[in-house]
Amino acid sequence: MDNANTHKGSARRQFLADTARLACSVGLLGLGVGLYARHATALPPAAIRPPGALAESEFSAACIRCGLCVRDCPYDILMLAKPEEPMATGTPYFVARQAPCEMCEDIPCVKACPTGALDHGLTDITKARMGLAVLVDQETCLNFLGLRCDICYRVCPVLDKAITLEPQTNTRTGRHTLFIPVVHSEHCTGCGKCEKACPTEIAAIKVFPLYMAKGRLSAHYRLGWVEKEKAGGSLVAPDVEHQYTLPEGMRYELGGKGLHAAPNSEPAGSIPAVPSAPTFKALQGDKL
Amino acid sequence: MSPAPLRPGTEAIAAKGWLAAHKWLMLRRLSQFGILLLFLAGPWFGLWIVKGNLNYSYTLNFLPLADPYLLLQSLVAGQTPEQLGLIGVSIVVLFYLLVGGRSYCSWVCPVNLVTDTANWLRARMGLKGGAHLTRATRYWLLAMTLIAAALTGTIAWEMVNPVSMLHRGLIFGMGMAWAVILAVFLFDLFVMRHGWCGHLCPVGAFYSLLGKLALLRVRLPRRDACNDCMDCFAVCPEQQVIRPALKAVDGAPPVILAANCTNCGRCIDVCSKDVFAFGSRFGGSGQ
Repeated sequence: MDNANTHKGSARRQFLADTARLACSVGLLGLGVGLYARHATALPPAAIRPPGALAESEFSAACIRCGLCVRDCPYDILMLAKPEEPMATGTPYFVARQAPCEMCEDIPCVKACPTGALDHGLTDITKARMGLAVLVDQETCLNFLGLRCDICYRVCPVLDKAITLEPQTNTRTGRHTLFIPVVHSEHCTGCGKCEKACPTEIAAIKVFPLYMAKGRLSAHYRLGWVEKEKAGGSLVAPDVEHQYTLPEGMRYELGGKGLHAAPNSEPAGSIPAVPSAPTFKALQGDKL
Repeated sequence: MSPAPLRPGTEAIAAKGWLAAHKWLMLRRLSQFGILLLFLAGPWFGLWIVKGNLNYSYTLNFLPLADPYLLLQSLVAGQTPEQLGLIGVSIVVLFYLLVGGRSYCSWVCPVNLVTDTANWLRARMGLKGGAHLTRATRYWLLAMTLIAAALTGTIAWEMVNPVSMLHRGLIFGMGMAWAVILAVFLFDLFVMRHGWCGHLCPVGAFYSLLGKLALLRVRLPRRDACNDCMDCFAVCPEQQVIRPALKAVDGAPPVILAANCTNCGRCIDVCSKDVFAFGSRFGGSGQ
C-alpha cells in the first residue's frame, strides 16, 4: 500500500516534469516563431503589394499564401515571397522597377483572392493605393536638371493628375524653365509605371509602400486658406486702426506724410476706446 | 520463420504476390504524385487544371478547396475569408470527415514523400535509436501555432511551415525552402524515427482532430487469423494505433479508431493473413 502510493507519487512527479519540459520547449519555439512573424510584417521598401491589399498588419493575417493572385495576373508581375526574403513567406508582391502593375480595369488579382487580403470592395482600379510614387532624387532627375525628359509624366496611367509638371525658373541659366514633376497622392495608385520608365540608371522616381511615402499633418492643424474657402470669407477679424498718443493738433500717417500738424484735429486726450470686447476675443482666439 | 530477420512484407509477397502486397502503397504514391502533377501541370506545361497550392486551390475555375487549418489560424488572427474561401473550406472539411483527416497526410501531403524516404533509408542503413518525444508533442505545437496567431495577429506558423513551404516551393519557386525540407529529412533520418509526421507536425495534428469521427477506417475483419509476425507494426507510421484493435484491448471492436491512423493502408499490404481491410467505422468492410 505504502509502496504503491510512493510509486504513484513518483509517476505523477515524472508526468508533471515531462509536461513542464514539453510546454517550455514548445513555448520557446512559439516565441521564436512569433517574433519572426512580427518582424516580417514590416514590408521592405521595394516590395509593393497587389491592388486592394489590406494594411500590412491585417494583410499578414488575411493572406493565406495560395498564389491565386499571382496566377490570375495577366501580366505575370506578381511573385510569392520566398522564405529567405525579408517579408512574410509566401505572400504576394511585385517590384515596380522590374514589372509595374498594368492596372487592369477588371482587377483579376483581387477577384481571385479567396480571403479579404485583397479587398473585394475595390472595383475601380484608379482607387487602388498600392504605394505612392516619390521623386526621391532631385539631383539626378533629368527634369530637375533642366531637360525635358517628362517620361514619368507621360507614362502615368492617371495622366496629368497623379503627376503634374510645375514650371519653375531655371536659376542656373537664368532664362529657361524647369518642369518639375510633382506627385499627387490624391490620384497616384502606386502602380510603379513611372519608376519602371525612369531612364536614369537608378530610378529618380520610386514607388514606396504608403507607410513610408506619406506624411501626415497633426490633427489640430488648420490650413487658413482652406478654412477661408469653407467659411466663405475671412475668419480673421480686420485689424483695428492703430492709434497714437500725440501732442494736440498733431497727426501721424504711417507710410504717408508722417508726423504733421492737423488743422481740424480732435481735442487731445480723446483717445478712441480700446477695441470692443468681442472683437478682441476673436483676435485672441485666432490661429494661423 | 527464418532465423534471419526478414524485411516486413516478405511473407505477404510470398502469399499474395508482389503486386497485391504493394497495392495500397502504389495507389498512395499515385495519389501523391498525381496531385502534385495536377498542381504542376499549369506552371510546367501551361495546362491550367488546378491553380494555387494546398493552402487554397481553384480547379477548372469551378471547384475551390481551402485548408481549414490555415483558415482557422487566419480566423484566430482576426480575419474572415471571402465566399470562395468559405465554400472551399466546407468542401474540404466534409471530405476529410468522410475519408479520415490524416488521409491528408498519407495521400496528399508532399512532405510524406520526404519523410517516407527518410524512414526507408533509415531502415536500409540500419539506424536505430535517437531522440525520444511523446507523440502528443504535435498537439502542443498545434496549440502553440494558434496562440501565436492570436498574439501576433498574423498567420505566424505559415512563416516556417515545412508542409506549405515545400508545396508552394515546388509550384512557385523554392528559394531557401529546400534547406527547411532537408532539415526535416535529416531529422527523420538521424534524430527520430517518424519524427516530423509522427510526433511534431501541427498540420497532421489538426487533421487528426478533424478525422476523429471519420467514416473510412481500417478494419480487422480477420483479426483471429493474426500470427503475430509484427509486419504491420514494422511498417505502420503510427504504431500505437494498431494494438487496441488487433488485440481487442478492453474489448475494443475490430476497427482502428485512433485519430492518428493515416489510412495509408500499408498494414493491409504487408499482412500475409489478410487481417486488415478498409471499411466503415460502423462495421461492414470491403474495399
